[in-house]
Amino acid sequence: MQLFDELKTLGQKHVKADKQAQQNVPSGVWLACPKCKQSVYHKDLGIYSTCPNCSYGFRISSRQRVDWLTDSFTEMGQDLQTADPLDFPDYAKKIDKAQQATDLNDSVLTGVAKIGEQEFLLGVMDPKFIMGSMGTVTGEKITRLFEYATKHNKAVVLFTASGGARMQEGIYSLMQMAKVSQAVREHSKAGLFYLSVITDPTTGGVTASFAMQGDIILSEPHALIGFAGKRVIEQTMHQKIPENLQDADNIMKHGFVDAIVKREEQKDTIAWLLEMNQGKAGE
Amino acid sequence: MALRNESRKGRRVAIVSLFSKKQRTAAEIVAAARDEQKISGQELLDEIFPDFMEMHGDRLNDDDPSIVGGLAHFAGRPVTVLVIDKGTSAKDRIAKHFGSPAPAAYRKSLRLVKQAEKFSRPVLAFVNTAGAYPAASAEEQGQGEAIAHNLLEIADVKVPFLTVIYGEGGSGGALALACGDEIWMSENSMYSVLSPEGFASILWKDASKSDEAAEVMQLTPEALDKAGVIEGIIPEPNTHKRFCKNIIQVLRPELEKLEKLSSDELVAQRKARFRKF
Repeated sequence: MQLFDELKTLGQKHVKADKQAQQNVPSGVWLACPKCKQSVYHKDLGIYSTCPNCSYGFRISSRQRVDWLTDSFTEMGQDLQTADPLDFPDYAKKIDKAQQATDLNDSVLTGVAKIGEQEFLLGVMDPKFIMGSMGTVTGEKITRLFEYATKHNKAVVLFTASGGARMQEGIYSLMQMAKVSQAVREHSKAGLFYLSVITDPTTGGVTASFAMQGDIILSEPHALIGFAGKRVIEQTMHQKIPENLQDADNIMKHGFVDAIVKREEQKDTIAWLLEMNQGKAGE
Repeated sequence: MALRNESRKGRRVAIVSLFSKKQRTAAEIVAAARDEQKISGQELLDEIFPDFMEMHGDRLNDDDPSIVGGLAHFAGRPVTVLVIDKGTSAKDRIAKHFGSPAPAAYRKSLRLVKQAEKFSRPVLAFVNTAGAYPAASAEEQGQGEAIAHNLLEIADVKVPFLTVIYGEGGSGGALALACGDEIWMSENSMYSVLSPEGFASILWKDASKSDEAAEVMQLTPEALDKAGVIEGIIPEPNTHKRFCKNIIQVLRPELEKLEKLSSDELVAQRKARFRKF
């Protein structure tokens, strides 16, 4: 009798060779938090989709957010459709796919919302629509949101999430920054309240316009907030940038965010801030 | 709107004389916009604004030299001048981050714009930048906030605000000084949402396809004029002196027209200009 039967024993090389192993584990059951790197059981994320360890808010669709944030919501501006101004190859297909995946016409959901008895205008950018990039329709919907709010003496609450201007719409995307800024200015001059809530990630032309134009600017825990992308900085400057450079904590430390608010506290906080900042809308 | 139509008519002539000569590719225009021989910001100042006096500082804690700002006379009236300058000597270029303004530069320029408004001086801005400074320090100093604040404040500043893009017009970094009443581009200039290299690398994962990207992006003065993004094109002859003469010739009557408007009309027209996009 042999003490060690080589033929019947599974060696290390056999284990490695099991190519099916990956597929046999159901995906999405265990997730790694992209910020604190802890493994999280998917059911522990809860309805808010936040990391139980570091409170990071996972990227969620705009409709999901509206569900737990508001008591009622009436959508606006669904009729708009991008004109594909550069006639960009395969862009129409990309839009089509994103529309089907998100049930949105472009990267922001806008409408009239209510928390309790307080009515306000709500915009929620959707990171699942081409990374929340800002095209002409995104800009138009946000502009109309502010114009409607100005006309009806209402506050605006806008959740930002964006990779920046949408490359496929070229200079027209850039023009949205100026267009929206004009509308924000009008709204502000009317003495009305604009609350900007920055979610992960908010970068480029959105940071450089309406995300940073709020009377009060909140952020979700560990949201990435920046202007230039990490890769661009590293390539241009030939310097390694610290991991937390564009983390909400660091941005708040440098004075650009009023407060960091967890998702589970957002509904109450927003209701309170709307009440505190009624100004002319309350008259 | 009559004003806009008039200025449209006037510049047709200039465009025909420019482009009937030879049709250039977008990549050639990009190369010309970045040419080493391109007029520097300092030369522009010396030539167009002989009595220019520079004003430093953002009044917070910094002074970034990539935007040169100050006061001068233009066609007999006091104006505020803002120039994004890439610099000439090596030392100068490094100090100016090769013409990429840091947040302090935008805060200084906004301070000067608000001062111009107080004293009813028009603002003339000259843009040549690959984009706002992409550095870790700039992120922590709030590059996004600095640009956002410029856009918000210039939206309804009560004096005429004219911009000439005389080289590169790189994205938000250029827009921060190109969000006023009129934007003119020199013949050898470009204006785009990002560099053709960046565009190619993001969309096609291949920065070497930048020539192809330049064509798709519609970043040439001619394409942008057609799209109504700019008011017109300023011919750029070989000598810097003649180029500056052309700039004066274009800006002078445009400024006179804008000065005839009341501040409410001016702001309403500016708003309509961007609302159409």
